[in-house]
Amino acid sequence: MSDHAPRVHLGTAASGTVKYLSLIVGVLITLLPLSVVFLASFKTSQEFGQSGPFDAPGNWFNLDNYVRAFQDGGMVEGFINTTIVLAISLVGTILIGTMAAYAIDRFRFRGKKLIVGLFLVATLIPGVTSQVATFQIINGLGLYNTKAALVLLFMGTDIISIYIFIQFMQSIPISLDEAAMIDGANRWTIYWRVILPLLRPAIATVVIVKGIAIYNEFYLPFLYLPSEGMISTSLFRFKGPFGAHWEIIAAGTILVILPTLIVFLFLQRFIYRGLTSGAVK
Amino acid sequence: MKVLTPYLFIAAAVALLLLLTYLPAANMVWYSLTDWDGLDLEKQFVWFDNYVEVFTNPQIFGVFAVSLYYFVASFAQMAIALYFAALLSYRTRFSNLFRGILFFPYLINGVAIGFVFLYVFQPGGTLDTVLGAIGFSDTPQWLGDPAVANFSLAGTSVWRYTGLNFVLFLGAIQSIPGELYEAAEIDGANRWQQFWALTFPGIRRIIGLSFILAIAGSLSVFEIPFIMTGGANGTSTFVIQTLQTAFNFRQVGLASAMAVVLLVIVLLVTWIQRRVFPDEKVDLT
Repeated sequence: MSDHAPRVHLGTAASGTVKYLSLIVGVLITLLPLSVVFLASFKTSQEFGQSGPFDAPGNWFNLDNYVRAFQDGGMVEGFINTTIVLAISLVGTILIGTMAAYAIDRFRFRGKKLIVGLFLVATLIPGVTSQVATFQIINGLGLYNTKAALVLLFMGTDIISIYIFIQFMQSIPISLDEAAMIDGANRWTIYWRVILPLLRPAIATVVIVKGIAIYNEFYLPFLYLPSEGMISTSLFRFKGPFGAHWEIIAAGTILVILPTLIVFLFLQRFIYRGLTSGAVK
Repeated sequence: MKVLTPYLFIAAAVALLLLLTYLPAANMVWYSLTDWDGLDLEKQFVWFDNYVEVFTNPQIFGVFAVSLYYFVASFAQMAIALYFAALLSYRTRFSNLFRGILFFPYLINGVAIGFVFLYVFQPGGTLDTVLGAIGFSDTPQWLGDPAVANFSLAGTSVWRYTGLNFVLFLGAIQSIPGELYEAAEIDGANRWQQFWALTFPGIRRIIGLSFILAIAGSLSVFEIPFIMTGGANGTSTFVIQTLQTAFNFRQVGLASAMAVVLLVIVLLVTWIQRRVFPDEKVDLT
């Protein structure tokens, strides 16, 4: 009995070492690719050519690459366009999504099963493939090469948010609706004054998860808005003019990652929660 | 009027759903039976010629072989994610920091990830330097050699998506009641036994789901290879080829047939998943 205890102790110490060692390896593999790009973004063109990827830049405050990426790389336009599309799409998604969720959760009506079924089946269609035909519709509406096309597509393809809203709405007691109805409120007033304010946490979740998705979306702007840059397509264009200037591409890449990092640091908990309720459907 | 109320609330969502999901899907089936180029006013009806072309032309259907790289890689991805999720479900110092770092790649912009790894894979670049330091100096052209390029891209994909699997697994593990582990501990079960008897069955459903998402995902891989190689050196995927057929070569009919084939395969896979891992609770009602 007495020689048993130390052995267990030794065992946990060894497994603790393996544990932290593997975590450190995981962290290194995650961070190394990002940190070499970070280092490269501060190097001058000449310095970049002569130094290895792990060498520190001579001057940590050399922001020339960032200035060039931001101005010559059209990233200003990218950030502005992305902000506009992001804001309008999010407001639209929230209004359309909460209203649909309100109808599905609080009303009985003919055809409800069918509509819910249509929403469910739609989650199975991989978006990238249906663009072959969606493109013709956007084109037919005369929206090709406008930001409106993107807004429409971001609002229209969002079934996950409706799902999140419904989940949350189920936890709002129906007695609240009934009380308001006795006070003489009509359905619209109930939705606007009672339900929408109470949905605030779900709305926050959708804003974060959907916001990150729109910010990162590459193919839709690439296809539907060729003459203007969004954040992804502006960065993608660096391949051409800056092809030989990795230090500038590196700066542009860091510029695009930075907002994501800031949002992540402040809103970690909400992002995890939103993903677990969203990604798995 | 009262009867109309729910329809008014749901009208916008349904209109967008029909306009942007079901109308394109229906059109796609219709285009797939024609030889339309996307511009002509006339569409020639060609019946199943496009489908015959999809299945018999190895240049088209053969591209599915590329999916295998991503499919195999997704097992590595799930294994790594499961390992770290199980590890971090025990009390760990700096657990939030580790969790955040391992998850963060999933949030990064796809173009940014593409550039980061284009840089890492440069001849004489980061990866070669690291490998050189541990004694491997004879490194291949990571993206230039067709025999290697798909491994590099699939590896990039693992780097990008492991964090998502990891967070989903971790969430599922943490929803298993702690008392079960305490009871197992008292019964003298070691960590490994606890994992197989408690953790694994507890998250079986989410593993099943991730598995299906991995199949559907590896069939429709697009962003990483499109951004990094543009489909060169044998890295073209079915989706890249579909979109090129439609928008570069203006064969909308053939591309639609390709898209329909992919859609049917994905629906089939999902249907099998629903049979094998039925949902415990009914969603969306």
